[in-house]
Amino acid sequence: MSEQHFHDPANITNPEHAEHHIVTPATYCMVFAGLLVGTAITVGAAYIDLGILNPVVALAIASTKAVIVILFFMHVKYQSNLIKMTVGAGFFTFLVLITMTLSDYMSRAWGLW
Amino acid sequence: MALPQHRHHFETPEQQREAGTFGMWLFLLTEIMFFGGLFFAYLLYRNWYHDAFVVASNQLSIPLGATNTAVLIGSGFFMALGVWAAEVKKKGLLVLFLILTTVLGCVFLGVKYVEYHEKWEKHHIPGAHFDVSEFVNPHAYGLKEQPLAPDMAQKTQVFFSLYFAMTGMHALHMIIGIVLLFWLTWRAHRGEFSSGYVAPIENFGLYWHFVDIVWLFLFPLLYLINRHPGA
Repeated sequence: MSEQHFHDPANITNPEHAEHHIVTPATYCMVFAGLLVGTAITVGAAYIDLGILNPVVALAIASTKAVIVILFFMHVKYQSNLIKMTVGAGFFTFLVLITMTLSDYMSRAWGLW
Repeated sequence: MALPQHRHHFETPEQQREAGTFGMWLFLLTEIMFFGGLFFAYLLYRNWYHDAFVVASNQLSIPLGATNTAVLIGSGFFMALGVWAAEVKKKGLLVLFLILTTVLGCVFLGVKYVEYHEKWEKHHIPGAHFDVSEFVNPHAYGLKEQPLAPDMAQKTQVFFSLYFAMTGMHALHMIIGIVLLFWLTWRAHRGEFSSGYVAPIENFGLYWHFVDIVWLFLFPLLYLINRHPGA
């Protein structure tokens, strides 16, 4: 039986985690610069009147920065599918909880919405 | 193969490493849910008491908040470099980067102290000494905000309660992180992480970056998004 078809329930010979990737300082410097630029943009955007879009823009920039931190500083880009799925599932579950709780509050006749 | 950190119940070092990373992320997911509850409370009450949240939020200092964001990003940057230094087995650099991470973390807490102190002086801390008069009659206090009805002005306390709960819980995570950093720096100085054993540095890095991410959302939500409340 070849290596690829070997049943591996204990996740021992998984080729995905055979190699450990070392992220270089050059990459970290670019990420650092990108995060500072993102911070400058979000502060600048706060002083522009975008109406209802102000919170949307702020959250979009914050989410972009968070994804960059997760992918590079936290090495998720270089991890196995197990880790990627775990991280994705966590944030997805959080969004599901927010959505369901919010729709519960909004659908009640409390007069505050 | 038989490195000293390799535990016998793992078949390979790679399996051990991934199990550790997996476990650390499961812990961070519980942290997402924990902070998520606070973020949800903020979302809900901001919609309910929008006018009060706008005025109260605008009492925070954008320059201080932006400075702290840059400081924390810098701290995370040095933490990432520390993980790299451990991976390439450079002990001196690892200790240096861990110290820089700690220093910037302390700077963040120092700025936070200045901000909290200002809130204390302005009676913006919820409770018996909270003062709503400047929110009821902002022009008399030189604030360019819309006056709030007295009952809505009381709801500014909800904003400041959430402000202190969220930034306070974030600061507590930073304090715990700094204590761990002292411990890790001491162990790094003894050369424990410069012979191929990177897991404690790497997993602490995940925690430290997670705390960064929480602030990346706290800063815009608490400081920035209410400067133009619209109609």
